[in-house]
Amino acid sequence: MALVEIRNVHKSFRRDAERIDVFSGLSMDIEQGSFTALMGPSGSGKSTLLNLIAGLDQPTSGTVRVGGAEVSAMTPAQLAEWRSRNVGFVFQQFNLLPVLTAFQNVELPLLLTRLSKKERDERVRIALGVVGLDDRLQHYPRQLSGGQEQRVAIARAIVADPTLVLLDEPTGQLDARSSQEVLSLLGRLNDEFNKTIIIVTHDPHAAERAKRQLHLDKGTFVEQARTAGTAAGAVG
Amino acid sequence: MKFWTLLRANLGRHKRRTLLTVTSVALALFLFASLRTVITTLRAASEFGSARRLVSTNASGLIFPLPVAYANRLQAVPGVEKVTWANWFGGQYGDGKRFFANFAVDARTYLDLYPEMSVPADQREAFLQDRSGALIGSRLIDLFGWKVGQNVTLRGTIFPGDWTFTIRGVYTPTDPVINDDAMMFHWEYLDERTGRGGLAGWYIMQIDRPENGPQIAKAIDDLFRNSSAPTKTGTEQAFNASFATMWGNVGLLMNTIGMAVVFAILLVAANAMMMSARERTRELAVLKTIGFSDRRLFGLVMLEAGIITISGAVIGLGAAKILYRATNFNAAGFLPGFDVTVPTLGLGGAIALLLMLASGIVPALRAARLPVVAALRNVE
Ligand SMILES: Nc1ncnc2c1ncn2[C@@H]1O[C@H](COP(=O)(O)OP(=O)(O)OP(=O)(O)O)[C@@H](O)[C@H]1O
Ligand SMILES: [Mg+2]
Repeated sequence: MALVEIRNVHKSFRRDAERIDVFSGLSMDIEQGSFTALMGPSGSGKSTLLNLIAGLDQPTSGTVRVGGAEVSAMTPAQLAEWRSRNVGFVFQQFNLLPVLTAFQNVELPLLLTRLSKKERDERVRIALGVVGLDDRLQHYPRQLSGGQEQRVAIARAIVADPTLVLLDEPTGQLDARSSQEVLSLLGRLNDEFNKTIIIVTHDPHAAERAKRQLHLDKGTFVEQARTAGTAAGAVG
Repeated sequence: MKFWTLLRANLGRHKRRTLLTVTSVALALFLFASLRTVITTLRAASEFGSARRLVSTNASGLIFPLPVAYANRLQAVPGVEKVTWANWFGGQYGDGKRFFANFAVDARTYLDLYPEMSVPADQREAFLQDRSGALIGSRLIDLFGWKVGQNVTLRGTIFPGDWTFTIRGVYTPTDPVINDDAMMFHWEYLDERTGRGGLAGWYIMQIDRPENGPQIAKAIDDLFRNSSAPTKTGTEQAFNASFATMWGNVGLLMNTIGMAVVFAILLVAANAMMMSARERTRELAVLKTIGFSDRRLFGLVMLEAGIITISGAVIGLGAAKILYRATNFNAAGFLPGFDVTVPTLGLGGAIALLLMLASGIVPALRAARLPVVAALRNVE
């Protein structure tokens, strides 16, 4: 069953008189429990697509459905509520509030639920345990390495137990080792916890971790067989 | 309140700035409360005065005396129950740096007309018996550390020479607007030594009914209209008000300047609050992606402004209320009964709320309306 259904989506941005058409009639599905890598040149619309799926932005026309709910038709208040339950989002950097500890950062989404303090504590500890940072609860972002920061952000993205986790170049600022850690963590989230994961990345090695690779170019997708991707990478 | 951690973290982000902002709000409201209390105290003083007391002065002005012989004729006016008189002395004590009111009174009748001045029975008797005795306000005696029975010498300014009095009693006002740092002595003593031949500064009459006041005042002025010293008679309230108005003009000027200062401080505080919210565009966008609604973010930013202004207000207004009371402040006798009133506190609170709205609404609306996608793009 498709968790994300994108149907005939048009998206254009207006900059003064100029109009930029990012998508003109995009349709695609993302399966429940899949692990998808979105690739493509800069400016091809990868971030825009993630934003549309997360309801952070609205399509010019067409529909975006996630888990049967029509995201593209919700009011801002409905979207906020929906997002807090169904989507975890991780950016390339600056995900964390610098004034809050790792624990407090991860707790943020739970503040929007009816959970008691005790239940929240428990869940935050579990989430930080999953990302292997249960010994860094009281650390502030500036006391963490880049890789650790991203793992805290991932803990925050999964703490409210959403089905869908969206990551926009989560390893873009990380060194090779930290990238590996983050990527294997995502693999585990997909395998063990059955999270549907969509990751935007420029890094072919990162994309290899995904079960499906989509190449976005000039507003359309080209599905890439994993072997073909590897071969292309090897040749390049 | 589960969002408290977030609020506290945001307030603690720039501890010094938050502290300075709270301090400036506190200072502004302390200043506001102080200045407004100058006005309310003067107003209370001008409203003080029994409607059952009339005051007669020389029609040419307060500095011109009236013959003491008027006393009997005033007593005879229908509706007048009691008559007393007093005379401004204007003596200086010591180096004269600490001014206080001192005047000569017809002692027995004066105390009779002013039951608001409470004097222990034995002291009252001792004062009445001693022609060079003096009655001292409770604050004044504490101020100079004088004792009952001690001699005090004033240097005359209007009536030259050294004047020595023996303190015979202490009066305590039962109404706070009566000056508690004045000194009174016997009119006979002044009259005798100056040989002025019976002159009074002003007369005070107790009348039978307040509503007869205007009519009696007119009867009195008519009585002396064709004499060499015509009178001007009005209620005690009007008499006090004429003094208060004099100070009131100074007070008003002071207040205008002061309120401008208050306003300036508040503007600075508001700007600081807006600034700190502006620096957080990225964080607000992150909170939105997590699922914080526009309304919730509006509330949180507003609450932050509220915490700063309300705590500033509590400190500033609380300090004004407690400090002036604890130190028994009265501006060297010019503002007896100086105490921050409840309406002043209420008004200060209202200013704090307005400040919260003014400084909070812009960043709160901005936070609520912030388009997430654009905000995220700008930083990266
Ligand atoms: N808010 C916006 N206003 C105007 N143009 C925009 C806006 N957001 C995106 N665009 C334009 O839409 C196109 C797609 O942008 P998007 O950020 O989705 O690309 P991307 O694939 O994520 O690129 P990158 O790999 O550099 O992150 C770009 O041409 C960009 O300039
Ligand atoms: Mg992008």
